[in-house]
Amino acid sequence: MSKFSKKKDGEVPAVSTASLPDIVFMLLFFFMTVTVMKDTSVKVENDLPKASEIKKLEKKDRVITIYVGAPTQEYQKLFGSEPKIQLNDKFSSPSEVGPYILQERAKKSEDLQNVLTTSLKVDRKANMGIISDIKEELRKVNALKINYTTYEGIAFDNLKR
Amino acid sequence: MPRRGAPPEVNAGSMADIAFLLLIFFLVTTTIETDAGLDRMLPPMEPPTETPPIIKQKNIFTVNINKNGQLLVEDELADIKSLKEKAIAFLDNGGAAKGTEEYCSYCKGKRLENSSDNPDKAIISLKNDRETQYGIYITVQNEIVAAYNELRNREAQRLYKTNFTDMEAEYLNPETSDSRKEVLKERVKKIQELYPQKFSEAETSTGN
Repeated sequence: MSKFSKKKDGEVPAVSTASLPDIVFMLLFFFMTVTVMKDTSVKVENDLPKASEIKKLEKKDRVITIYVGAPTQEYQKLFGSEPKIQLNDKFSSPSEVGPYILQERAKKSEDLQNVLTTSLKVDRKANMGIISDIKEELRKVNALKINYTTYEGIAFDNLKR
Repeated sequence: MPRRGAPPEVNAGSMADIAFLLLIFFLVTTTIETDAGLDRMLPPMEPPTETPPIIKQKNIFTVNINKNGQLLVEDELADIKSLKEKAIAFLDNGGAAKGTEEYCSYCKGKRLENSSDNPDKAIISLKNDRETQYGIYITVQNEIVAAYNELRNREAQRLYKTNFTDMEAEYLNPETSDSRKEVLKERVKKIQELYPQKFSEAETSTGN
């Protein structure tokens, strides 16, 4: 009988927290593997226009990004304030767009190479001349699927200066 | 004489705190946002020998944007806010006579003689200056896509009691099951055939 009467004092045993670190570590590893550190810093003004009829760019591994805009303050002394194209980490001329796309395309696995989308992140104050040049280059390398990346919003807001 | 034996156990109580700290750091730095925007297909480079097909003037809806962001729609100065309405009127016109092969049975437009024959023939042509601001260009693109979407939504409501844009979003969503995708693919295609996006962008003009 004495065997069972031990716990008679009625105290609730404390919940063991010994496995708490394990749980937290598990979460930690999840976020560590999921996190993608930004590999490029944007060196241009990038105030995207707004649009309402947008579609999501779902798979990130199928997207090549081209930034266009006026260089930010710290680069204006070197590169002026006219809108420029940024590929990876450097400012480029329109003629470098084609080789860049080909180079990026070669990096992707073969089954993805035909379904790539080029995302154009263009500042809303940029002019269309530079965009036309890029589009012409993209046509030359047969990268026809493009996405004008925008924020969600009312398109008429773009008209304000 | 000091006692030997097993070394004292290291207190692991603060392990959870350290892990939490790291966890919070990664939580904060993670961005799971996805970009969104207007999808467009560029025309492929055409062989220079090919002669462009002849298109009737009434089947072309021209939109010109000048460098100040002013719009010339069908050779008339127009406000950007009325562009969607005008594009819908043009696309949905269905001017071909009843009984002919080109007759558009689902169009609800005014069926004017001097506007487009049917949505399949209707082409929207966009032309802009090299100095046009990108923001304005996107607004115009957005309005034209909105016109197509409105017409497509109308047809999707009529045929499937749902919006075209919702169907398309569900179709593109990777979480949608394959069997559902098959159904949606068919429907999306059907609607797209009713109002195909025929949208041409001319080479940009320079100067003036």
